[in-house]
Amino acid sequence: MSEAQLKNTGAERSRSLEEIFEQRIVNDEKIEPKDWMPEKYRKTHIRQISQHAHSEIVGMLPEGNWITRAPSLRRKVALLAKVQDEAGHGLYLYSACETLGVSRDELYDQLHSGKAKYSSIFNYPTITWADMGAIGWLVDGAAIINQVPLCNTSYGPYARAMIRVCKEESFHQRQGFEIMMSLCNGTEVQKQMAQDALNRWWWPSLMMLGPTDDVSVHTAQSMKWKLKRKTNDELRQQFIDQTVPQADILGLTVPDPDLKWNEETGHYDFGEIDWEEFWQVVKGHGPCNKERMNDRVGAWERGTWVRDAAMAHAEKQQIKKENQAKAV
Amino acid sequence: MEKNWPLWEIFVRSKNGLEHRHFGSLHAADAEMALENARDVYTRRSEGVSIWVVESKNITASNPENNGEMFEPAQDKIYRHPTFYTLPDEIKHM
Ligand SMILES: [Fe+2]
Ligand SMILES: [Fe+2]
Ligand SMILES: [Fe+2]
Repeated sequence: MSEAQLKNTGAERSRSLEEIFEQRIVNDEKIEPKDWMPEKYRKTHIRQISQHAHSEIVGMLPEGNWITRAPSLRRKVALLAKVQDEAGHGLYLYSACETLGVSRDELYDQLHSGKAKYSSIFNYPTITWADMGAIGWLVDGAAIINQVPLCNTSYGPYARAMIRVCKEESFHQRQGFEIMMSLCNGTEVQKQMAQDALNRWWWPSLMMLGPTDDVSVHTAQSMKWKLKRKTNDELRQQFIDQTVPQADILGLTVPDPDLKWNEETGHYDFGEIDWEEFWQVVKGHGPCNKERMNDRVGAWERGTWVRDAAMAHAEKQQIKKENQAKAV
Repeated sequence: MEKNWPLWEIFVRSKNGLEHRHFGSLHAADAEMALENARDVYTRRSEGVSIWVVESKNITASNPENNGEMFEPAQDKIYRHPTFYTLPDEIKHM
């Protein structure tokens, strides 16, 4: 066979493998780590799962800021448990990502070097206690809307991780809403603090659901692989429709003068989102991008000696065990 | 950092009477730490009563590319299933 012919059959073989692969996804079969998959599928999944993992890990920082200053023991244990859950979510997701043949070290490196992205919402500051309420209510609320469809995604390890994550998220949102409720039923100053937090977190939460459909580049491919079940705009509408009545119950005003119930469509109409702000934060110019990365990288570096010591101890113990076995 | 913590596979028995099931993986310096981390990562809400940890490198997995030779021979052995045998309808308890 000529070289060209050889190449041709190679291409044909991978085309038919790819057809079989796509058919399996259409049939709702799960893809597992050792199965054949197109390189693009693997790369896209590494990117999305690791971005998701990074977001969980960096997401601990804005809330960690308030653990020592929680207003009561009840609030403190709840916040501590929530932040610990986010660490767990990060770990489930990193471990799912590693099944695609990338090492934890590479993933951390991508985060720490700024090569990998994480959700831009975590680059906003948490300046009052009410921010803990608004984050649980809105940010975890938007995260749930994003994540629930992923429980059915095509890549088995990701889907299984998402099922665990989604089970745990509901408490996050409820404890946040409860904080908002207490503040809204409190003094005038407390209620204003809640309103101020809503004012600051509302628009970034809407941005969390991603760029509008007309500029979102990965949507079609992601839909095919079930990495996405609904478009960004659909998810955003769902978030607004379910959140506005919750704000009404709190007696708070959503900071959007154009927000209006539309009898005809059965949805809320809403105002223009400032996408320029979104892209600025994504590009690293948000209020806390630098601070978040400094904290994250600093914690990792300060932990180096601990990780090394643990490894050295483990190796010593292993040698000791081997020598004892020899002596017997 | 000199050396990375190895990867461990975590298996959890959610309650007595059930088998251990694969829950995921994590990194730890040794088996003892893997157990402690598994407790914190995978059983924060009483999801388990027993944990096994196995260093991932010690697991040998079958290759899906060989699934044909591996699993297809069972497909034409339908006589291993009760429905292969025809019995009259009047027969009860069988
Ligand atoms: Fe989370
Ligand atoms: Fe999340
Ligand atoms: Fe959460």
